[in-house]
Amino acid sequence: MTERFRYDNRIAKDFLFITIFWGAVGMLVGLIAALELVIPDLNFAKWISFGRIRPLHTNAVIFAFVGNAFFAGAYYSMQRLLKTRMYSDVLSRIHFWGWQLIILSAAITLPLGMTQGKEYAELEWPIDIAITIVWVVFGINMMGTILKRRERHLYVAIWFYIATWVTVAMLHIFNSLAIPASLFKSYSVYAGVQDALVQWWYGHNAVAFFLTTPFLGLMYYFLPKAANRPVYSYKLSIIHFWSLIFIYIWAGPHHLLYSALPEWAQSLGVVFSVMLIAPSWGGMLNGLLTLRGAWDRVREDPVLKFFVVAVTCYGMATLEGPLLSIKSINAIAHYTDWIVAHVHIGGIGWNGFLTFGMVYWMVPRLFGNKLYSTKLANAHFWLGTLGIIFYAVPLYFAGFFQSLMWQQFTPDGFLVYKNFLDTLLEIKYAYWLRAMGGTIYLVGVFIMVYNVVKTVKAGRLIADEDAEAAALEKLDKEPGGHWHTWIERRPVQMLVWSLVAVAIGGAIEMIPTFLVKSNVPTISSVKPYTPLELQGRDIYVREGCYTCHSQMIRPFRGETERYGEYSKAGEYVYDHPFQWGSKRTGPDLHRVGGKYPDSWHYYHMWDPTTMSPGSLMPAYPALFQDALDTTTTRRKIEAMITLGVPYEKEYGADFPLRANAHLVEQSRKIAANLKGAGVETPIDMEIVALIAYLQRMGTDIKAAPASTTAAK
Amino acid sequence: MSVIILLLLVSTSVAGLFLLGFIHAVRRGQFDDDRSPAVRILHEDDPRQTKTP
Repeated sequence: MTERFRYDNRIAKDFLFITIFWGAVGMLVGLIAALELVIPDLNFAKWISFGRIRPLHTNAVIFAFVGNAFFAGAYYSMQRLLKTRMYSDVLSRIHFWGWQLIILSAAITLPLGMTQGKEYAELEWPIDIAITIVWVVFGINMMGTILKRRERHLYVAIWFYIATWVTVAMLHIFNSLAIPASLFKSYSVYAGVQDALVQWWYGHNAVAFFLTTPFLGLMYYFLPKAANRPVYSYKLSIIHFWSLIFIYIWAGPHHLLYSALPEWAQSLGVVFSVMLIAPSWGGMLNGLLTLRGAWDRVREDPVLKFFVVAVTCYGMATLEGPLLSIKSINAIAHYTDWIVAHVHIGGIGWNGFLTFGMVYWMVPRLFGNKLYSTKLANAHFWLGTLGIIFYAVPLYFAGFFQSLMWQQFTPDGFLVYKNFLDTLLEIKYAYWLRAMGGTIYLVGVFIMVYNVVKTVKAGRLIADEDAEAAALEKLDKEPGGHWHTWIERRPVQMLVWSLVAVAIGGAIEMIPTFLVKSNVPTISSVKPYTPLELQGRDIYVREGCYTCHSQMIRPFRGETERYGEYSKAGEYVYDHPFQWGSKRTGPDLHRVGGKYPDSWHYYHMWDPTTMSPGSLMPAYPALFQDALDTTTTRRKIEAMITLGVPYEKEYGADFPLRANAHLVEQSRKIAANLKGAGVETPIDMEIVALIAYLQRMGTDIKAAPASTTAAK
Repeated sequence: MSVIILLLLVSTSVAGLFLLGFIHAVRRGQFDDDRSPAVRILHEDDPRQTKTP
């Protein structure tokens, strides 16, 4: 029996429009950040200084641009692939507005410095909870739609959407676990090495399951539709999906090669990362070969052009990924602009171009007319491609050569570039070119905005599109004596029981994890941060210092000569969150403690060029005007005690109450030090706390002979 | 490194979940036909275009 129904085009349209809006905003913020790197004076207010703007950029382009693009494409394709309207229009609306409110709150809180200090997971705990709720709403809506489908077979794109939903839910929850110290300040429950491992397990899989699998699903729908021919091999697409999701989950540790993470965990990550080349390239070739015999159309159709470059960039990024996971290559590329170039091939090439192709394909169909101008779309394509090249190529060069400069020695065994800044200034030209590439790319986006506006004005939204399909007949109960057939007949039941199993398993493992003492080799001389240092550390996190400075010295001669003793896992046991960083635009800071006098830091934070002429670091005058908020000290210390930091053992049970007295006492010492160097400063300014933290960093192991004991 | 056990467990659970989904899908015949689904998505289902009632 044929049934008539209507597709909800309005929700796809809303998500698509907001994608374009946030995309333009997020990329503009990225451009500002790129310019701040070459013109430090642009960091004129604390709200837009690089350390706060960079997380805003990454969150905006990942969660607002790519996220909304996925939702737009998924809401459009899912209804058509499943031959049904979405399960619930109300849930669709809640999903849409909920997600936009989350983005808005991110756009407000990140410039204010409210951050958890973990890359791509910066948003504070109330927003994390909101994300979870909205994600569940999306999941219910998606599963409901799948259950009421009129098409027995689940097209491969649907599988990609399901995998995206399940895995992102898991990653988000486990990485965001934190103990709140106030409404907008919380501490990661994990510390140091463990926090790093969880973070990069999340971080890598965010790339895998937020930027890759959803877009592969979109590719498998929109590419064949735009080419009007079936995907090259449907069988290959199924193999692509299942092999990809089983391998991707384990690749995270390749972000921590040569770090203090145990060697075996690093090797595990490398093996799976290298294996990833097979499914990735299988999928990439499957996409490109779909166009076999249709390459003449690629010449004319801007949609196909965008898709071809997108899939090619996917291929480039997924070739590079496994290569970068090989330790000897990683030793060169890690911490450099090479990685920045690599992720932008993925970001603006794969995600960006696939989205643009989708926009040009969907808008005319949603508005029942033709695209306003194919010429402008072609112009956008060429500007975008040029933008990608100008963005990435200089950074590849810059990253490679800066890394060589870091490791370069004279014949007598001294560092050629003793001053880190010299290596940065050598590659400043690449930062200019990158900003230029970004500008070109963004101009293309604005051309698209104009084209879309014109197309929309000339047409009318087909809010509810008529469709018809045969009703799905119930399958006869399968004969079979297998014990698990009962559960397989009921998909919902299976899902619920599986989730219960996961939850029980998770709980069994989590409880001992937090109760039993960590078996990271503890170094007896490593002590908790003092209240003033803790406050200073929170300023370090707030200002996003980790976006440019690492706190992880790798065991290479070039690094130990430059920075000092290589970093040990046991030094980070009180770091909630870890601040290893992933990019060195400035030098590593793990052993900066005691390297310079207090007054050096004082002048340097006021104006970095006074201490390092030519420095590209922002000045932080606000730290000299804002008094430290000491009302939070007690709650912060209490939160740390909850997390197992032994303040009570070190200072006595009533320490939270006395914390501020201790803080003032230490502030006086630093002020006296500064006074000795001819600097008069009030003791209650934020700069004092920051100096306290900077001077503490990496000094604990110098205090006593390093006696390592592996506590169970 | 106790947290790695947590991560392995969580990842394995999810992988197991996917494995169950895979076995389930295979047994329900989801992958018996590996040709026509790719073609079928190209057909529009606009009632105005259908010829048979």
